[in-house]
Amino acid sequence: MKIRQISVFLENRPGRLSALCRTLAEAGINLSTLTLAETGEFGLLRLITPDPAKAQQVIEQAGYAATATEVVALQVPDRPGGLASVLQVLEAHGLSVEYMYAFAMRAGGDAVMVFRFDDMDRALTVLQAAGVSVSKSVDLFGA
Amino acid sequence: MIRNLWNDLDGTFFPESALDYMPADRLREVQLQRLKAVTALAYERVALFRERMDAKGVKPGDVRTLDDVRLLPFAAKTDLRDTYPYGLFAVPMSEVVRLHASSGTTGKPIVVGYTAPDMEVWKQVIMRTLYAAGFSRGDVVQNMFGYGLFTGGLGLHDGIEGIGATVIPISGGNSERQIMVMKDFGVTAVSCTPSYFIHLIEVAGKLGIDFKRDLKVKRGVFGAEPWTDQMRQFIETASGIKAYDIYGLSEIIGPGVAAECGCQSGLHVFEDHFLVEIVDPKTLEPVPEGQEGELVITTLSKQAMPVIRYRTRDITAIEARPCACGRSIRRIRRISRRSDDMFIIRGVNVFPSQIETALLKTEASLPHYQIVLTRKSGLDRMEVRVEVTGEMLRDRLSEMEGLQRRFAHSIEQITSLHTDVILVQPGTIPRSEGKAKRVLDHRNDSV
Ligand SMILES: [Zn+2]
Repeated sequence: MKIRQISVFLENRPGRLSALCRTLAEAGINLSTLTLAETGEFGLLRLITPDPAKAQQVIEQAGYAATATEVVALQVPDRPGGLASVLQVLEAHGLSVEYMYAFAMRAGGDAVMVFRFDDMDRALTVLQAAGVSVSKSVDLFGA
Repeated sequence: MIRNLWNDLDGTFFPESALDYMPADRLREVQLQRLKAVTALAYERVALFRERMDAKGVKPGDVRTLDDVRLLPFAAKTDLRDTYPYGLFAVPMSEVVRLHASSGTTGKPIVVGYTAPDMEVWKQVIMRTLYAAGFSRGDVVQNMFGYGLFTGGLGLHDGIEGIGATVIPISGGNSERQIMVMKDFGVTAVSCTPSYFIHLIEVAGKLGIDFKRDLKVKRGVFGAEPWTDQMRQFIETASGIKAYDIYGLSEIIGPGVAAECGCQSGLHVFEDHFLVEIVDPKTLEPVPEGQEGELVITTLSKQAMPVIRYRTRDITAIEARPCACGRSIRRIRRISRRSDDMFIIRGVNVFPSQIETALLKTEASLPHYQIVLTRKSGLDRMEVRVEVTGEMLRDRLSEMEGLQRRFAHSIEQITSLHTDVILVQPGTIPRSEGKAKRVLDHRNDSV
């Protein structure tokens, strides 16, 4: 199933990232995982949290520009070629990955990775048909 | 003896210019007489002036000396906007023979009107402008100021005809055709904005036309925007012509308020028609003679739309020392900056409102922004910082870079200037009283 990711615009200047993390910690927001994509001048901080709506609210109230995006978390077998096997399924169906990053926790013996596709719905159908485990948010954050 | 002084540049006597040499005490008498008359006219016929004078407790009869002009209230561009279209007219429309309007940078234009005698005065001051710059009968003048509602084109036009020169009413635009006409029609003199002429020099170069070798242009009057000595130097060196600064504004009359003589050291104000003061733009108190401040103008002979103490926003100083040309009318220093936000970069006038238009064209809502001007090894650079909003934000870096490019492209389309657009976090552009400071000019911070 799809989960909501919050993306935050950050200028590429020292202290910007830690300031945002402090804001979130002070509001009691738990971060499940985060990743920073950047150009020379600015970056997008993408984060996954159990309560994305609240996180977005806190972030925006602190004066940041933020937007929500849907992504999926996939369980990727933690062995050589594990990721390749997932990517092969996507490639076979002509689906492209916009970006992906690792989730901090693991599910059983598998690594969990966060994916964003240009066609999210079709990607989900294809992946499920191919037997790739798609994490539900309950799995990720605990019931 | 006096008559020698009237010999403008090429030794011809021009009766219109005789007023430029009026003895100073006589000139002050004329000014005072006209100031009294225009104050009475404005008080009787224009509600805005009457209400403001009443509020200050000033009656027209209180004006007994020229310095008494300081008793009168100021007027500003907003007054013309607020009384749009005819609120400041002092005569019935049946007396008005000409209307002009300035586009303004936002909202409604401002409208100005002229009676038949106003038109005659306008023509006279343009003739004096042209004579001072050495124009005369026999010149073929390419008038590249815009024709139409703008005062530049038609204002110059009447004066060029007035001195008996040949006018080519080509208006602005279509640079290649301008060069072709200049060459084929044997043009000897031009009138336009200095930045447009600099552009034409470049265009001519691309067409393989050498200004000095292939064209007959000897002189030009340039105005309608502040410019610098560096720009004059460039124009004169690159094209071999003499470039004269002229000054005016639609609210007062259009071109024809002040003009340079052959000495090119300041612009002589046609003081018999315009009373000038220099005030501190913040306190509005007069500054000591010779010091810089905001130019304030009172029209002394305008009938259709007399204007009392108009704040021009142009920064200059009055040069009271006599000019080598012998004119008794005083000079103002060339205007190279304005007290409001407009700035000039690489010879192009830019209003923050143009940047706003460009940003609005790209995003549906106007983000907070700031213009930062810097200078690196003599080259001016414009950077526009734009605060990213949640609405603008996309989850892909490529889309954000695309947004950056679209902003820059849109600004370039409107200002014809290359800009570095920098995306910044919300709230990072300092605001004072809720309003951001639009322009940060760091160009003179280091050399
Ligand atoms: Zn002079």
